Amino acid sequence: MALLSKFDELRGALQALAAGGRNPFDVRFEKIVSATEGVLEGRPCLLFGTNNYLGLTFDQSCIAASVSAVRAEGTGTTGSRIANGTYGDHVLLERRIAAFYGKRAAMIFTTGYQANLGLISTVAGRDDQLLIDADSHASIYDACKLSAAEIIRFRHNDAEDLARRLGRLKDRPGNRIIVTEGIFSMLGDSGRLREIASVKREMGATLIVDEAHSLGTRGKHGRGVCEDLGVESDVDFVVGTFSKSLGAIGGFVVSDLPDFDLLRVACRPYMFTASLPPAVVGSVTAALSRISTDASLGERVRQSSGKLYRALAQEGFALGPEPNAIVALKMPGKEVAVQFWNRLLDEGVYTNLALPPATPGSLSLIRCSISAAHSEAQIETALSTMIAVGRELGILDSEPKKTPAHAVERVPA
Amino acid sequence: MTDQIDTIEAGVILLLAHRVPADTKITAETRIVGDLGLDSVAVLDFIQDVEDRFDLSIPLERVAEVQTIGELCVAVHTLKGAAR
Repeated sequence: MALLSKFDELRGALQALAAGGRNPFDVRFEKIVSATEGVLEGRPCLLFGTNNYLGLTFDQSCIAASVSAVRAEGTGTTGSRIANGTYGDHVLLERRIAAFYGKRAAMIFTTGYQANLGLISTVAGRDDQLLIDADSHASIYDACKLSAAEIIRFRHNDAEDLARRLGRLKDRPGNRIIVTEGIFSMLGDSGRLREIASVKREMGATLIVDEAHSLGTRGKHGRGVCEDLGVESDVDFVVGTFSKSLGAIGGFVVSDLPDFDLLRVACRPYMFTASLPPAVVGSVTAALSRISTDASLGERVRQSSGKLYRALAQEGFALGPEPNAIVALKMPGKEVAVQFWNRLLDEGVYTNLALPPATPGSLSLIRCSISAAHSEAQIETALSTMIAVGRELGILDSEPKKTPAHAVERVPA
Repeated sequence: MTDQIDTIEAGVILLLAHRVPADTKITAETRIVGDLGLDSVAVLDFIQDVEDRFDLSIPLERVAEVQTIGELCVAVHTLKGAAR
């Protein structure tokens, strides 16, 4: 049997997808012009699928800090944090992140994926139980595989189901560790953190919240859904990423746990990989400073997302449950989703195509991410293109709604 | 034990019925992933239905070991026994 024959089904699915037009896993931008514009297939396109929520990838202060760092400290650290790969700027960035969250300590990782992998697999030991939201990101599932703990899924955002499952464990030894997210990446819905924090308090558990999609986009100070819902003191570990709102790559964990620094010599995905290069540490430190001092970025992305969400809903699209920087359009089926995504690209609008089994409820989604850098005109163009393609493919009625698309500002919240 | 397994199996098959086409034949030997056309998310949703029905949690690592309906029923039986 051929070595890769185990992926025959996958190969077939990929071929079927590509037959619908482009291969969505092999999109190549010939040029990135700005945080919101690129060049694809020789034509300009608007970027509505980047997770670049605050548009900081082209922020001049972040670029200057990155250039300065690479000139001063070189292109890479060539080693791990526990060997030669810790520079003063790594430690400074950890202090700044901890201070941003008002927590005692922070650890930074080379990717957000590794932050989840490292934290969860390390703190959950053999006799412990991990209780994870069913719609958790792949990095959380993979962390579970790496952990020796027992893994229990609870129904998505269902605190009662979580409580039932914790109740079934009542006589068992070990620590209960709950893992959930601030904003879920596919449908853009928020974690019901008040209810989950309440269960955690009542039944006794450790709570980990991944704020990858909510850092900078939610909360008065940009600290995410935990801040927005007033549950920060209930959360034992916040995990996050530098690759979305902070416009670079990397991940972090913050906590008030007294012995937190012990994890540095126990957490293998932290110990056995090279540390972040100086250019990344430089831009992330500058980006953190930007969001700490400029609340208008978060405000702008919330306004733009709300506007797009309400206008799409008004037109009759089926959407994720609430407006956030991720706006997901539910397609009536996989084939239509593939067609919709291809037609948007034909018209110069790049979004993400999300298909089962990577989606909750086996939904086929067009996933848009909104940026503070999107202009009103760009939002308007994306909206009118989605409406036109929606009508063309029969997802929307062929007749325009009474409220014209350009009147989105007047659509009530 | 056979009686209990049979009862569990009947319950499991009933839960599965609304997730697969009406004429699908389901037995203890049916492979959950291979024979029923369910994707991995749908399988895990089905497992949650089973957990609710029998008031237990099947750890993910245990789910990974289960291939057939019969094996799932044995897992449920064992976990119910362990809970007593």
